[in-house]
Amino acid sequence: MSDRLAVRKTYKLYVNGAFPRSESGRTYEVTDTRGHFLANAARASRKDARDAVVAARAAFPKWSAMTAYNRGQVLYRVAEVMEGRHAQFCEEVAAGEGLSTSKARAAVDAAIDRWVWYAGWTDKLAAVLGGANPVAGPYFDFSMPEPTGVVAVLAPQQSSLLGLVSVLAPVLAGGNTAVVVTSRERPLPAVTLAEVLATSDVPGGTVNLLTGDAEELGTWLAEHADVDAIDLTGAPAGRAMEFEREAAGTVKRVVRPTAAEPDWTADPGLSRMTPFLETKTVWHPIGV
Amino acid sequence: MIGMTHVLDPDALPDDARALMAPLPPYDDVTRSDSAFRAFLHGLPGVDQVGAEARVAMLGTRSIKTTAKAWAIDTAISMVDLTTLEGADTPGKVRSLAAKARRPDPGDPTCPQVAAVCVYGDLAGVAREALGDSGIHVAAVATAFPSGRASRAVKIADVKDAVANGADEIDMVIDRGAFLAGRYLDVYEEIVAVKEACARPGGRAPAHLKVILETGELVTLDNVRRASWIAMLAGGDFIKTSTGKVSPAATLPVSLVMLEAVRDFRAATGRQIGFKPAGGIRTTKDAIKHLVLINETVGPDWLDPDWFRFGASSLLNDLLLQRQKLRTGHYSGPDYVTVD
Repeated sequence: MSDRLAVRKTYKLYVNGAFPRSESGRTYEVTDTRGHFLANAARASRKDARDAVVAARAAFPKWSAMTAYNRGQVLYRVAEVMEGRHAQFCEEVAAGEGLSTSKARAAVDAAIDRWVWYAGWTDKLAAVLGGANPVAGPYFDFSMPEPTGVVAVLAPQQSSLLGLVSVLAPVLAGGNTAVVVTSRERPLPAVTLAEVLATSDVPGGTVNLLTGDAEELGTWLAEHADVDAIDLTGAPAGRAMEFEREAAGTVKRVVRPTAAEPDWTADPGLSRMTPFLETKTVWHPIGV
Repeated sequence: MIGMTHVLDPDALPDDARALMAPLPPYDDVTRSDSAFRAFLHGLPGVDQVGAEARVAMLGTRSIKTTAKAWAIDTAISMVDLTTLEGADTPGKVRSLAAKARRPDPGDPTCPQVAAVCVYGDLAGVAREALGDSGIHVAAVATAFPSGRASRAVKIADVKDAVANGADEIDMVIDRGAFLAGRYLDVYEEIVAVKEACARPGGRAPAHLKVILETGELVTLDNVRRASWIAMLAGGDFIKTSTGKVSPAATLPVSLVMLEAVRDFRAATGRQIGFKPAGGIRTTKDAIKHLVLINETVGPDWLDPDWFRFGASSLLNDLLLQRQKLRTGHYSGPDYVTVD
């Protein structure tokens, strides 16, 4: 045993490209699956969620106006920077989820690959989901997908990195900005992901990561009039219906949770991108 | 004794306005000469800048919640001078601003209307017509706003034009060049002359005069105090921090110094002067900090739209969002207020 004192870390939130403490000053202890102390994480309050939404709204015009190609490059860059932190992610995933080293490595590999996969999709969405429409009139008529706006994401509670990336990357790929509430018990990979995002090319405010309680923050995000869509994947059991009802007050798009957490290693398809895209159709007169 | 050289049109003034021409006792002799005026202004107590900053930082930590917050928001809305001062202002924009002034939150009839609409002088007529009998005042900026770099004749003509167009309140800028060069009496005489130009025909009370000090260009808080005194001695009805075109604008230490000046002035002369911070106040939190500052510095006598105004454009939207949050219990968003 070394005599060196352990550095007990207290992490912060990631809002608007910066790392603030929670406005409430609250933190909570994060432990591994056997109950050993890992670190302290900030416990976000409703006011942190409010600030995060303001940041995400402010970031939306820039992020959504980037060319799809450029957005893809930025997401690919996230994968590159994550690769450099591979060992740290493996350690945190193994400790938080109680996985063996090889399984943790597989999860981290899959998470990095997922960024690459969604990075490739950014400039193909318009071709796959949009197109020219045959109409009976002198119009060139075409449809294209457009981002919805600010998306609140309650990230999965079990899969702390692969699950998180699997819900966050599709939101970004479509050109939305995100406010993410991380897994409550396993927030450390999300904290490291925040450090990755801050040092990659993702503009500040595009992603805001709040460690804390989805049960507490879900209501505020679901009711918030400036949130355009909400992904309830990580909503606590029994609360999802309530959040959905609150979201209906401002006609948000809602992604419902499945009964059990999905198998995140499966091919994600387009199913997590399309809920946050709206189709714009243009009728352009021809022959005039 | 003073004043006789610059009275342009003495017959146009009602008698009560004449009384304001000479400074009120006990200050009726301080403007007898340039050197006397300088001696008076430099004899004002110096401002402890560190102390002022500490004081406002302390007051800024007050937590205003629930019913007090609801009161503060409604009070702040009723004190807003809704402002548009852009080269691109059109009659249409002024009309839509006037509509917003009358009914800031169309979805909620209990929302109070604002105090005034503040525009350039040539659009005062448009604002006047759009506001009708709503009781909302029309404020116009004048005197070669925002720089104030024009001859006195031009400035006076600017003011008269705005008053003729229907302005109830004139926001003038002081001659900062003269002030910084130490020609305090020139600054004073110009304000007196502008005050005279605010006269309105037909026995109506003269237009209210707000004197903009442009504190961002005055460099020190001592200068802010001196300029405040010049404006009050010269008969200004309000003193106002800034044009909104220069940064920094209405910072809290500057507001504190100006509020202390109006407090001291009333204690000495019995005349109450209004205060208007303008520029840089964008959030409800900033507005509430100002209300706290007023209450703690000059007292509740000033917590009234007749004595205190916010010069702002984006502030109103934030106040409305906070108001909606209190009413509905959830956070609102910019989609629920007007774009302006």
